[in-house]
Amino acid sequence: MRILVVEDDKDVAGFVVRGLKEAGHVVEHADNGRDGLFMAASEAFDAVVLDRMLPGGIDGIKILETLRSQKSTIPVLILSALADVDERVKGLKAGGDDYLTKPFAFAELLARVEALTRRGKTEGPVTKLQVEDLELDLLSRQVKRAGQKIDLQPREFRLLEYLMRHAGQVVTRTMLLEGVWDYHFDPQTNVIDVHVSRLRQKVDKPFKTPLIHTVRNAGYMLRAEPV
Amino acid sequence: MIDTKLLRSAGVRFAAIYAVLLTLSALALTSFIWWSTAGLLDRETEAEIHADAQGLSDRWTQAGLPGLVLTIEDRLAQNIDGDAVYLLVDETGRRLAGNLINWPPKVDQAGPFFELPVQRAGMRTLTRVRYYDIPPDLRLLIGRDVHVRALLRAMVTDALLWSLLIVSVTATSGAVLVRNLFKRSLANVSATATAIAAGDLSQRVRLSGRGDELDQLAEVINEMLDRIGRLMEGVRQVSNAIAHDLRTPITRARTRLEDAASHARTPEDLHAAIERAIADLDHIVGIFQALLRIAEIEAGSRRASFVRLDVAPLLADIAELYEAVAEERGVTLTLDVSGPLPVHGDGAMLQQAVANLLDNAVKFSPAQGTVGLRARSDRDSVRIEVSDQGPGIPPADRERATERFFRGETARSTPGSGLGLALVAAVAQLHGGSLRLEDAAPGLRAVLSLPTVGSTDA
Repeated sequence: MRILVVEDDKDVAGFVVRGLKEAGHVVEHADNGRDGLFMAASEAFDAVVLDRMLPGGIDGIKILETLRSQKSTIPVLILSALADVDERVKGLKAGGDDYLTKPFAFAELLARVEALTRRGKTEGPVTKLQVEDLELDLLSRQVKRAGQKIDLQPREFRLLEYLMRHAGQVVTRTMLLEGVWDYHFDPQTNVIDVHVSRLRQKVDKPFKTPLIHTVRNAGYMLRAEPV
Repeated sequence: MIDTKLLRSAGVRFAAIYAVLLTLSALALTSFIWWSTAGLLDRETEAEIHADAQGLSDRWTQAGLPGLVLTIEDRLAQNIDGDAVYLLVDETGRRLAGNLINWPPKVDQAGPFFELPVQRAGMRTLTRVRYYDIPPDLRLLIGRDVHVRALLRAMVTDALLWSLLIVSVTATSGAVLVRNLFKRSLANVSATATAIAAGDLSQRVRLSGRGDELDQLAEVINEMLDRIGRLMEGVRQVSNAIAHDLRTPITRARTRLEDAASHARTPEDLHAAIERAIADLDHIVGIFQALLRIAEIEAGSRRASFVRLDVAPLLADIAELYEAVAEERGVTLTLDVSGPLPVHGDGAMLQQAVANLLDNAVKFSPAQGTVGLRARSDRDSVRIEVSDQGPGIPPADRERATERFFRGETARSTPGSGLGLALVAAVAQLHGGSLRLEDAAPGLRAVLSLPTVGSTDA
């Protein structure tokens, strides 16, 4: 995937660019707002990682607004040291698809960027999700594995749905907390782990191959092959 | 220079306004009194003369000159007070009837009233007269002796002038008094403000106890000072926290990195040390975020996003999140919420507050213990209670438990930043409610009270 990183801090930019390249992406980098806007508007990218505060007179929000006013739907992950609720809302309102505050773990950034690029592709009405022998019917709200019905609580159903929608991708605990529970704070205890482990009891334990895997230092991934 | 400075003084301005207003109202009052006493006498006299003239005019039309002369004589004879004045003359100025000897030369025009001294019955006296033309060639003068009335009028006028003078004097001294009063009432506020500006934040404006506007102002100022004091205390606490509580994890991370840099033998050791240092730094970032979040809440700007909401489903949600954690630790989480629980607030913030309470409760609960989340609403408040069967907080520590970084003796060995309850308290305060810690015997009961909103207001 082609990803544009607009970030002025040399260390952060180098770290992000290296990491994304290691993960198999093609990465371009701009270290000021002017170049960033020019590249985002003139070249084709699958996603943009955008810092908010940039030198060169054009900040991240300005770039976003300009892109969106040109009907560009390119997924944008805002990266910012501004962590207030209001700042977050401002970034998303300007057209950001996701908001990550600094400092961040690279695993979190990678998971979110990959989730964004995937989101663009699986657009359209999906009524059924399937990974290997695991089936989730969004209409009848039924889950079956190897033809066997699995009873899930409503929240477990949404958790599994989220994992299946991002099958093959790393999903972080924060992403689950935001995507499944819609909570934007950090619960001190690792509540997510407990919920995932409960889901595993129902979805994986009775079967031969586990589908929900723990990715060390990152989160979880749902797929057939072990991580 | 001194003049403009004096004019700029609010006290002088108020005093001047007082003096001018008092003088103006005194002037209005005396004018009215003069008009209704001395003026009334004049108007009465004029009305009498007018009525007299009407009567004589009627006689003239009915009975001609002889009738008129007879009537004048009659009226003079019947006038017991002796204050009536008549004079009827022909074209040559010869007297036909009346009690004046000759026509006063000053009266040369029919219509207006004249006031003139006349010699009558051997006495100089003052009369008010009017001259009527009787066609073809007669002239009639009708008047009243106003000597006594003139005296009375002079007396009233004198009295009023004197009273005006007295009013001016009292107005001036009153103005000075007002100015001094004004100065003295503000001196108290001014002295307090000066002391605070000089750095003594403990000073408060003294209340007179009268409950008047100045007392109300003083109360508002004192409340403001209390709030500033609390904010200053918060800033002090945070700086202390940064000095002490953040130094520890930063020292640990630094030590680990330096130790690894100089002593690690294998790349694996180095990796492990770096990863632990990253975890330490993440912990520090977490503390920073919590501190900033509390500061953001305490600043009160989030109040703008408040909406009317029902807390009951939010509580069910958050309980569901923690129920799994509790179960894993062998703790039972019971939910007892009877809704609706209407409040005016920020749902996400309230959930975070309750999450912190549940987090604490689950963390400190003994195995097989029970954590209860209970919520009720009555006429003026919504009470959200989280109780556990853990060690609780000794009464002496309860006050301080909501301070940033406070960690009780029993909590030292449990992981945590010491910011959880501080955040809950900040959320409660932002919503105009309170956080109370009680003894659940055994354990702790945290009671979050929020003002409820009636069904009528949105």
